[in-house]
Amino acid sequence: MVPFFLFFVCALLAVAGAIVLIVAWEPIHSALSLVLVMMALAVLYLLLGAEFIAAVQIIVYAGAVMVLFVFVIMLLNAGSEERTNWSKLAKVAGLPLAFFFLLAVAHFLSRSAVGANIANGAGAVSNAGVSTRALSVALFQQYLFPFEATSILILIALLGALILARKDE
Amino acid sequence: MSVIPVSYYLVLSAVLFGLGMVGVVFKRNIITIFMSIELMLNAVNLAFVAFARAHNQLDGLVFVFFVIVVAAAEAAVGLAIVIMITQNRQSLNVERANLLKF
Repeated sequence: MVPFFLFFVCALLAVAGAIVLIVAWEPIHSALSLVLVMMALAVLYLLLGAEFIAAVQIIVYAGAVMVLFVFVIMLLNAGSEERTNWSKLAKVAGLPLAFFFLLAVAHFLSRSAVGANIANGAGAVSNAGVSTRALSVALFQQYLFPFEATSILILIALLGALILARKDE
Repeated sequence: MSVIPVSYYLVLSAVLFGLGMVGVVFKRNIITIFMSIELMLNAVNLAFVAFARAHNQLDGLVFVFFVIVVAAAEAAVGLAIVIMITQNRQSLNVERANLLKF
């Protein structure tokens, strides 16, 4: 019963945060609501039995990446968004189309065979193969080369960001 | 009643992805558009973890790990580009960056 309520509370928080992200005019409000979405998602990862991913989500996403966003918002002194007229076509056709596309996807997903597996509660599927220990073994044996490649990727991103943001002499 | 099928997580992921897409299409502030992209990446991560749970396999979690690493690198480079565009155009509005617009 506890996972049931936890899922619905976190799902509601995530969707509410995403909606606030879109309708807020100030970028800082959007950033803080995105932090709320990421925290809710971290709880959902815990519910799904992925403890390591939940910890990385909080440390890297809600911690590092969002601090970077807030830092840039402060640096650029980003105030209220300029109000422009939304395209008429987008408002009249785009939003209903997106809604019906979402309904179709939800209908398909809720009837799919994969989705019928029980994640939490009575009759849940086995979770034995998905542990942090098994994840670390896979990461440092089967996926060792991609793992090392990401370190080079991060180094390149670091240098690229330095060169891009540097003031021209 | 108190069981949660994997499809609930997948539908939540689809909803978050759709909201992120609406943000990218409708917002005019370049930083908010960037945050909407991060929201879409998070939605995809949730789908990956849900599938990993449904199939009792690790590969989804490894993918999520790599997605998070690449998203961190993307955020660093993207925000550097945002700073540069803002210094050149004196505005955060994406409609001011229209040099290549037809």
